[in-house]
Amino acid sequence: MKNYVGRDIPDYLLINGKEVYQGKNYMDGKYIQKASPRTRRYEKPQESKIVETLADALRLCGAKSGMTFSFHHHLRDGDFVVNMVMKAAIEELGLDNLTIAATSLGAAHDPVAEYITEGKVVGIQTSGIRGKIGEVVSAGKLKTPAIVRSHGGRPRAIEGGEVHIDIAFVAAPTSDCVGNCRGIGGKSNCGSLGYAMTDAKYADHVVVVTDCLVDFPNMPASVEAIDVDAVVVVDSIGNPKKIASAAARISQNPRDLMMAENVAKVIAATPYFKEGFSFQTGVGGPSLAANLFLEKYMDERGIKMGWAIGGICGPMVEMLKKGKVGKVIDVQDFDLDAVNSINQTPNHFEMSASQYANPANKGAFVNKLDFVVLAALEIDTGFNVNVLTGSDGVLRGAPGGHPDTAAGSKCCIIVTPLIRGRMATVCEHVVTVTTPGDCVDVLVTDYGIAVNPLRPDLIECLDNAGIPHVSIESLKEKAYSLVGRPDDLQWEDKVVAILEARDGTILDVVRKIKPFTLE
Amino acid sequence: MVIQKPAVAGTVESSDALVSVEPGDGKIELTLTSSVMNQYGRQIRDTVLETLERLDVKSVKINIVDKGALDCTLKARVECAVFRSSDASEKDIPWGGVIR
Repeated sequence: MKNYVGRDIPDYLLINGKEVYQGKNYMDGKYIQKASPRTRRYEKPQESKIVETLADALRLCGAKSGMTFSFHHHLRDGDFVVNMVMKAAIEELGLDNLTIAATSLGAAHDPVAEYITEGKVVGIQTSGIRGKIGEVVSAGKLKTPAIVRSHGGRPRAIEGGEVHIDIAFVAAPTSDCVGNCRGIGGKSNCGSLGYAMTDAKYADHVVVVTDCLVDFPNMPASVEAIDVDAVVVVDSIGNPKKIASAAARISQNPRDLMMAENVAKVIAATPYFKEGFSFQTGVGGPSLAANLFLEKYMDERGIKMGWAIGGICGPMVEMLKKGKVGKVIDVQDFDLDAVNSINQTPNHFEMSASQYANPANKGAFVNKLDFVVLAALEIDTGFNVNVLTGSDGVLRGAPGGHPDTAAGSKCCIIVTPLIRGRMATVCEHVVTVTTPGDCVDVLVTDYGIAVNPLRPDLIECLDNAGIPHVSIESLKEKAYSLVGRPDDLQWEDKVVAILEARDGTILDVVRKIKPFTLE
Repeated sequence: MVIQKPAVAGTVESSDALVSVEPGDGKIELTLTSSVMNQYGRQIRDTVLETLERLDVKSVKINIVDKGALDCTLKARVECAVFRSSDASEKDIPWGGVIR
């Protein structure tokens, strides 16, 4: 069945009430029955919940084959915990038929690819999939299709019981002996623990894995001891160098800067750019550089930013410290400046993924967002964006909060160069739709700006401000005139991944790619 | 043109291609790897074969490692490798002739 963005979704996936994507806000006003976990009572006072090994913790939580384990990705490419847990479960306890429900998976988790190939891991649910896991899933080695959800879609699915977490593993930079966790104060600091919060509340069992045991009580706790069954102390939960980069630097690339300046011009031309406006930006070259130019317009007009959300990095913390932004609410930290600032700098707060972006709660932060500036691997003439699959059809990306912020914000700006190498970024049809075009408002490229025809109000704003813009079709033609028209990818029928829209409907599927031959 | 000895041109930098040629067995033998194989493999092959035809090369083993080069880059790298293989790269380049 064709969905709202023209993607053909196989009928056999449309069972148990699953629907195809019907456009944004389709689920508005409907009710959700929240799931509740079955948790163990610890009535008798315990001095400590520390157990010797991960295997002990797994046994304590009644780990069995067929279970779903959850993980957060705050340790990013430095994470050791997913691999440690899976190794203990599969190689020490001999479990199989396992599902991993992670907030993101990347190159740090390459060893899991082997467990997929061996059939020990049979399900993957994630908001990002890269590295070898992406390759083996794309090759059709995972027993069930991977399910990819946005950062807001994931807590929706957990709260609604679509994902039932048997054991949540919380990698914690610090914990006390009963499981109060924080993302700071240890040797592998990651700052916010926002992606772990919903998991801890909805999992049957919760195991904290830390490499820095601190005195009770570890306050203010991001994950609280009242939800924790066991604490395991290990030598190291991750490689600090890969957890948080040194300060994110603003790009010096003139092409990035030109695009960033145009992003700021567009923002300043809209009616939402006024005292107290709200903002989120990615950390890619041109997105981050937009901060710099935006500040100039804020100074000119004598206005301040009310609040900023998102993955946070140094330049935003800098603006907070200078008093140019009122509050920063933080679900994830990208660099050491942000890690060292959360809960330390006044008005720099932590939030959960649900509070950030969940479309099924009573109003996430993204719903109050004025502007979001995002990147794209590809964007097509319907303004649909792909941030998941490469030009070879292989899974190597992460929707993350892209679809949530695009849908919630009043003005979503995509900034991307027109071509990357021989890849046309602006194209006829994206490989996979990860953010639907009805949520995307403006495209800024190095060859021109295009506004979604669904937003005549923004077109008028740009015209009034004298900002030139062109049709997205003409940008696509320009790209193809430079790189040539690409051949269509050749797919097999087998679905290797299902891409859920943030509301739980099916936005797209990724099929197994046919091996390429020149003949 | 006749390929007299092995020669290379280009790099494996992004947006470039490394082209290697060596004397052939009376036919054109092309091996191609590309970072954009699925979408542009056929176009790259056609561009390379057209360039060889324009240079009147009928016997060559040619290997391309493409990193997303545009057509103009591919043509220039193939031409350069072919001229180097016959020691014609420093003089006698037919500018405005087969090199357009």
